[in-house]
Amino acid sequence: MSMKYDTLSPDLFEPAIVQEDEKEKIAAPHLNAFQDAWIRLRKNKAAVISMVVIAIILLFAIFAPMLSSYNYRATDYNNIYLKPCLEHPFGTDKYGRDLWVRCWMGTRISLLIGVFAAMLDLFIGVTYGAISALVGGKVDSVMQRVIEVLVGVPSLIVIILLMMLMPAGLGTIAVAMAITGWIGMARLVRAEILKLKSSEYVQAAILLGTSQGKIITKHLIPNTVGVIVINTMFTIPSAVFTEAYLSFIGLGLQEPNASLGVLINNGYSVLQSYPHALVFPAVIIVLIMVCFSIFGDGLRDALDPKMRK
Amino acid sequence: MADTRTPLIEVRDLKRYFNVGGNKILKAVDGISLDIYKGETLGLVGESGCGKSTFGRTLMHLYEATGGTITYDGKPINSKMSAKERFEMTSRMQMIFQDPYSSLNPRMKVMDIIAEGIDAHGLAKNREERKQIVNGLLQTVGLTAEHAGRFPHEFSGGQRQRVGIARALAVNPEFIVADEPISALDVSIQAQVINLLKRLQRERGLTFLFIAHDLSMVRHISDRIGVMYLGSLVELAETEELFAHPMHPYTQALLSAIPEPNPDEERSRQRIMLEGTLPNPVNLKDECKFCSRCPSVGQDCHGVIPPLVEITPGHWVACQKCK
Amino acid sequence: MKKLLEVNNLTVEIHTDHGTVYACRGVSFDLNEDETLCIVGESGSGKSITVKGIMRLLPKTAKIVEGSVMFEGRDLTKVPEKEMLSLRGSDISMIFQDPMTSLNPTMTVGDQIMEVLKEHKKEMSKQQRKARTLELIELVGINNPETRFRQYPHQLSGGMRQRIVIAMALACDPKILIADEPTTALDVTIQAQILDLMREIQKKSHTAIILITHNLGVVANMADRVGVMYGGKLVETANVRELFFHMEHPYTKGLLASIPKKGVKEELRSIPGSPPDLMAPPKGCPFAARCEYTMKVCQQYLPELTEIAPDHRCACWLLDERAAKMRQEVR
Repeated sequence: MSMKYDTLSPDLFEPAIVQEDEKEKIAAPHLNAFQDAWIRLRKNKAAVISMVVIAIILLFAIFAPMLSSYNYRATDYNNIYLKPCLEHPFGTDKYGRDLWVRCWMGTRISLLIGVFAAMLDLFIGVTYGAISALVGGKVDSVMQRVIEVLVGVPSLIVIILLMMLMPAGLGTIAVAMAITGWIGMARLVRAEILKLKSSEYVQAAILLGTSQGKIITKHLIPNTVGVIVINTMFTIPSAVFTEAYLSFIGLGLQEPNASLGVLINNGYSVLQSYPHALVFPAVIIVLIMVCFSIFGDGLRDALDPKMRK
Repeated sequence: MADTRTPLIEVRDLKRYFNVGGNKILKAVDGISLDIYKGETLGLVGESGCGKSTFGRTLMHLYEATGGTITYDGKPINSKMSAKERFEMTSRMQMIFQDPYSSLNPRMKVMDIIAEGIDAHGLAKNREERKQIVNGLLQTVGLTAEHAGRFPHEFSGGQRQRVGIARALAVNPEFIVADEPISALDVSIQAQVINLLKRLQRERGLTFLFIAHDLSMVRHISDRIGVMYLGSLVELAETEELFAHPMHPYTQALLSAIPEPNPDEERSRQRIMLEGTLPNPVNLKDECKFCSRCPSVGQDCHGVIPPLVEITPGHWVACQKCK
Repeated sequence: MKKLLEVNNLTVEIHTDHGTVYACRGVSFDLNEDETLCIVGESGSGKSITVKGIMRLLPKTAKIVEGSVMFEGRDLTKVPEKEMLSLRGSDISMIFQDPMTSLNPTMTVGDQIMEVLKEHKKEMSKQQRKARTLELIELVGINNPETRFRQYPHQLSGGMRQRIVIAMALACDPKILIADEPTTALDVTIQAQILDLMREIQKKSHTAIILITHNLGVVANMADRVGVMYGGKLVETANVRELFFHMEHPYTKGLLASIPKKGVKEELRSIPGSPPDLMAPPKGCPFAARCEYTMKVCQQYLPELTEIAPDHRCACWLLDERAAKMRQEVR
């Protein structure tokens, strides 16, 4: 040995006591899947910022209309097209309605439609996909052919037709979007469950005599939650956007109701003279779209079990 | 000599075919007959893709057999079993899987993973008893009660594999199919698992079907060894007999290819090098499957499937040339 | 013998979400001309990271924090990336475990070998390149090179693919060939073929080989010298006969004892426990927690690689003269 250890005491060369359980010790801190995902998500700066932005938008959408002294439908013909000022932070529109309240009210409605549509997608898609994968055989074949036919139908036409048939309103838009929207979720869930069904731990469960019901609740559902949550995170912004699109072409909500699409439609017509009427709702919808996408991406990276070893 | 023992499992002409699109048929297991005796370890070796895993899974009834019969302790195992019979079988036959990463549910704690069989068969009266059984099993496989609350991803490969073994043991099976249980593990960890399996066999009188491609480990743990090539059993003999007198040309080549951990021997020995690689296993001709690579192939090898014949007592070979 | 490569105190750290992994902690070894050096160790012992560090092929999260790799008077840890690019594949080439990761599935194997030549041997004409490629395919023991030249990787078997990867690695007559578990994914009969091929090639071209493996049989077959890694450290190096017949480190002993011997049915001598977590490497000897002969010193001070016989170095406190008492207990 080299010089630097020459001074070591001979006592150190006595046998040491090695703790038996030391040999099998796991040094890493005790983490469950959720904590693990949270640590990973926290490292992703963009996702965290997006999460905060979404939270702020949500807070404003809930509380701003409540706390303001203006009503989103109240007109004031003395104050039309005001520029943003202290009294009206986002200005007013052609009937003198306060755009601050209308914008946040619109955000609230748009998000409600988005969440409602996403929930419908989730419910129908998960049920359909799960049944298709779990029953298998002929049932699965038939269900998959049905999906293939539905994919061939242009969704926009279906939505427009439905909107004409049903009474205009919040629920109608959500239902119309869900009619074709669930297909993606159904396919995803089916693929995931099929993959899990052939996994070794499900085979082990079958060999242990675990009942079909328990295999579903203990193995299949907990391991599909990740993909379902992530997919929902992507459905919400796309539903918000579809709603805005429909309202913009005049098929969605009608005045004096507010949604981001309605506001953008109104603002668009006076873009040259009063740009503020368009800018604020447009910025909000862009923020919603971008933040949900980035957050969904971050969540996918955080939950992806392939990253975990 | 072998005939005096009682077979626990009798497999006769077992076939498992896969339809791989169009008219293509993959004969993963093609007419295998063998007996597994009570308390023994039967090793099953062969190269990847030879159907040894499929054989194990068909035996466990994870796959439906295409043809042939399996008899377990006098009872047939097939799709005609009632749900109750099938459930009863689950406490007698268990399986240990190859990949310690994909064989444990990542969302379940080790406690619940091991207790899965206990719950299914109602082996614990209450939570306290369940916990005790699990802790006992953890100790059996060399882990501690502290590990019960952790998730699989926190464990190393060897520890996970032992959790998988504890899970299989929970229902007190008498027969275990170990499907390449050590091939994903490091050398020093392999020895731990092998020692554990041997100890369990001694203590609980278990019967093993040990599937592997590492011949030196198979030699260490098995009483008898079967060699598979492209879905067929080509040789079956007692371990030392097989290593001392391999008869099938494929077995001879396989044995000579094992690298020995001894530099002097390793460099002086003569190898039988096989030409080429495994042929495409889809739509093979009905003849000895080793024809295309066999160093001692002759005219009479083509056109016939050689049957498995007992050449010396307990030593079975399927080759036209060995008679 | 001339030294070809000198690795000094190479230290690599990997930064992960949960903390820093000290994957390679001060590894030093030499590689001589025309020799085969085998590095053995378990998964996570740092053997792969060490050679990737030499090649500067580390993942983005990993960094060389200390040490040098001297090759022909240059320190490979410091040369600019551009120079490294031309070095890789021409002077030093590497073969990986899974041949599919080094082959492009959309190109014929012939074109892929020609690509390597085009990159590094610009003076060659197209005809020369093609001729050389066919020669290489033949060199790695593949029949009908003309036919194989036009085939895609998916049309070849695993062993054949690994041969093509070897042909690519050999295209520019490298001085050093680094093979990271080249036969782990292959069956034993194919493994024997590939090892045979590598030895043949070495005989012909005098390439120095660094072979990483966990299979001691492969080591016995191939190595001139062996390095044993554990917990990110090199714990013992020796020539192959010395290592197999006079090993000193308890880990090496345990490793050799845990492989079954012919015809012996007794319990294997396994090493209890699991390898250390390199996120929090032990202060002392990495093997202290699993060693049969742990002394107090082992838990506190890291032993250094010390020469105990010609061409045999070992890092273990048992070799210190003050440990004479403990050494008597060693089997």
